[in-house]
Formats: sequence, structure tokens, C-alpha cells
Amino acid sequence: MSYQYIKVSVDEAVGIITLNRPDVLNALNLQVVDELVAEMERMDRDDSIRTILLTGNEKAFAAGADITEMADESAIAIMLKDQFAVWDRIARISKPIVAAVSGFVLGGGCELMMNCDLIVASETARIGQPEIKLGIMPGAGGTQRLTKAVGKHRAMEMLMTGEPITAEEALRYGLVNKVVPVEVYFEEAVKLAKQLAGQAPLAVRMIKQAVFKAQDLPLEEGLHYERNCFYLLMASEDRKEGIQAFLEKRKPTFKGH
Amino acid sequence: MYETILYEVYDGIARMTMNRPDKFNAFTRQMNREITEALKQAQKDDHVRCIVLTGAGKAFNAGQDLGDVQGTDVDYGEFLRKRYNPMILQFQKTEKPIIAAVNGVAVGAGMSVALACDIRLASENASFIDVFVSIGLVPDSGGCYFLPRIVGIGKALELAITGEKVSAEEAYRIGLVNKICSAENFEAEVMAYAAKLAKLPTRAVGLIKRTMYKGLQMNLEETLEYEAFAQEIAGNTEDHKEGVKAFFQKRSPEFTGR
Repeated sequence: MSYQYIKVSVDEAVGIITLNRPDVLNALNLQVVDELVAEMERMDRDDSIRTILLTGNEKAFAAGADITEMADESAIAIMLKDQFAVWDRIARISKPIVAAVSGFVLGGGCELMMNCDLIVASETARIGQPEIKLGIMPGAGGTQRLTKAVGKHRAMEMLMTGEPITAEEALRYGLVNKVVPVEVYFEEAVKLAKQLAGQAPLAVRMIKQAVFKAQDLPLEEGLHYERNCFYLLMASEDRKEGIQAFLEKRKPTFKGH
Repeated sequence: MYETILYEVYDGIARMTMNRPDKFNAFTRQMNREITEALKQAQKDDHVRCIVLTGAGKAFNAGQDLGDVQGTDVDYGEFLRKRYNPMILQFQKTEKPIIAAVNGVAVGAGMSVALACDIRLASENASFIDVFVSIGLVPDSGGCYFLPRIVGIGKALELAITGEKVSAEEAYRIGLVNKICSAENFEAEVMAYAAKLAKLPTRAVGLIKRTMYKGLQMNLEETLEYEAFAQEIAGNTEDHKEGVKAFFQKRSPEFTGR
């Protein structure tokens, strides 16, 4: 597949998607989101890939939606286009998605980051939902996912003031997993992605599903869901390999079935 | 392009001279902004491998120009947030060694700025006055952060609470300045010192600065982890390769700052 606004590469079992509109700080227009969702779905089906890594560049992961695109649209036209529907497909990707973010992570960029499962941030990252400053609000999950990630009061503050937070603050808020120097943020994210790629793929996949359920389901239903996933994994080859390797004091080799 | 400071670059050294000698180089809004801008400029300029901050005339810096704010109803908090805090942060963000060449008296925010520099060279005529308390204020511009970290909390509290003048000699004794230079040769001694720093492996120096300042707010495990990152980065520089090569060839290394 050839894309205009993203670059795709593979490092061992890690599929890397790089947002590539540097001249506009990786502003997310409709096409770039279409491209990256299409590529994520392709990687999700590709057996040689076990982790997806999404990144931008040092200056900007993504500085928000492409405002020029929406400037003259009527409310009805935007609704009929339902441009945010494509984002819902990211939540259905079964493989873990690691984000490597640096610089501006704003608006749609922040929402895109929150669609990823683990986040490595550079110290220079500035993360926020500044839509309020334009008299609007997030439309691709910002109010929902941010609240779940950082809690009501911090979400309210970020959303209503529109002020970005530093990477260190984001770490304290639990919005990112790790903060590292800008010179190594991408390499660190690749290391993490490779670590996940070495785990048993079925277990990783079910953990991802179960954690998603934890965010939405009442506890009892979530526990029930978890238990069934656990039982199901007991039927996997990788479970045998994992236990065997442990007893033989060697590293397991997981095959994903 | 700057009006309140002089900015010159030669031999890898950016020399910034606060230049309002008739006002003992006291800060105005414009000077706050110009120092911030000049530090950014020096950071971006690959030719610059050391920065010297000094004052024109007799004083290093007399602090905030009270004439600039007298009679106006000042919101002190916002005043600092807008004017001084970004400037002080820029000293930290600048990953090149910054020398405060304290040629004369450093008062109030002028003293704080000297503290925000990485190394302090003092003329024998220099002195430091943490003057804030004398007008019923609190040391700002990093004064409450840097001073106890440089001289220890006991001495820092004494200087800040009494607001008494500290001579160059006393400043040296308590570790507030790194070196005292003779008044007549001050400029030459400062520039010789700066010239040495400008020949060092600048990336490594920047990383040392970053890691140590960060380390002030981290525990041992976090600092060890950060050192590992810093070493990864430094290990990839040309200067590291040159340093190792020179070691084996038994010659002095020629660092380029890359």
C-alpha cells in the first residue's frame, strides 16, 4: 500500500507507523486518519507483526485536527460526514499499540495518543486538549478517554482551560507510562514494543480486551469476562510452552496459538 | 538587535553583557525578554559552546529596576510569572555551560540570576546582597531554589533572612562562587576560563548539566536511570569517539561539540 501522509516500516515484529506531515506539525486531516487506521488494521491481520508502534516526530506527535479542513463546513455537513466514526475502529485493533510521543500532542493528537495502549513520552512532550480556545470541544473521544485516564477533576481542568501539561505532569496523572530524554524516546518505545512482541500473543490480546472491559463494565461482569479469558488461554499451546520453559529454566518461544 | 544587552560571539563563546550601566544594569521588562531571547539564540547557535553573562560598568546587576514599577499597582505574582520565571527557566533549558562573570555587586534578582548560572567567577570587587527582605519581600527568580542548593540551607537562610552583603572573599569561602579573579585582569581571566569550557565536549557538558539539575529533584534510582540515558546519548557523539581515540593515541582530544 502506498500512503501520502504516513510512513510505514517494520523492525523485527514491530510495525511502525509514522505520521508524516511535518510541515503542519502532523495536523490530522481526514486522509491521514483514514491512512493510519487502514494501516493499523492491515498490521492487525499481518501474522509477522505483534506490536504496533505509532509515532510522529520530535517536534510534534500531532498538533491537532487540520482546522482549515473544517473552517467552512456547516454543522449538518460535518454530522453527515461523521468524520470521527473512523476513530472507533482503532479501539477494535487487537494487538497492543505503543505510542512514542514528543513535542506537541494536542487536540486530536492527544485523542490519538489516548487510543494507544502504552505511551512513551519525551521530556519535551506538551499534552493537552486546547479546543476550548477555539470555542469548541474535543470530538474524537477527548472528554471521555481523558476522564477515564486522569479522573474527573484533572480532565475538567485540562479541557476547560485548554492549557497543555508537561510530560512529567502527564506521568504523575497516569496519562503516559514513561518519560525519557527526547534523544531516546523513539528507541525506548521500540524496546518496549519489542518486549511486548516477545510475550505470548494470545495472552496479550486477551489482556487488552479484558482491560478495555474493565473501563466499561461493572466489576462483576468484568471479573466474569476475565475468568473466561483465563480459562480460554489454558487451551493454548503457548501456555504449555510457557510452563515448560519455566520448568526447564529457559526462555519461552511463543507462537501465538 | 538587543538594546539592553550586548551580545557577541567569538571563539565559541557567547558573551552577554547586561548594558544599563547608569542603572547598575537593573532589570526592566525588556532586559528580561532580551536575556531570554539571547539564551535561546546561543542555544540554537552551533558555534556557541560556552556562555558568559556579565554586567557593564561597576555593577553586575542591581535587581529589578524599582523606577520601572514605582507608583504602579503591580500584581507581583503575575509579574514574576510573565517576566522573570521564563528567563530563569531558560538558563536551565540552555544545554551549554553558563558562566556568571560577577564584575561588581549582584543584588536581589541580579543575585538570583548569578545563582541560576552554572559557574560563578567573581571579581575581588564583587559582592552579593540577597536584598529582598530589606524591602519586605522574598527572594525570587530562583533565589529560594538555588541558594540552599549551592551553599546549604543554614547559610542560605542566613543570607536571605538578614539580607546582609556578602563579599567576594566570603562568597568564595561558602562555595557561592567558584573562583575569585583580580579586578584589573577580570575580563581576561573570565575569557580564559570560558575559552577552556568552549573546547570541551559540549553535548556531554550539556547532558551533565541536565542530569545534575534533574538529579536535584530525583532519588538515586531515578538518577541512575537518567545517567544511563545520558550515557547512551553521550556515547553516540563524535566527541566521545574522539576522546577515546585521543586517549589511545596519547594526545589531547580535539572536541567539536558534536
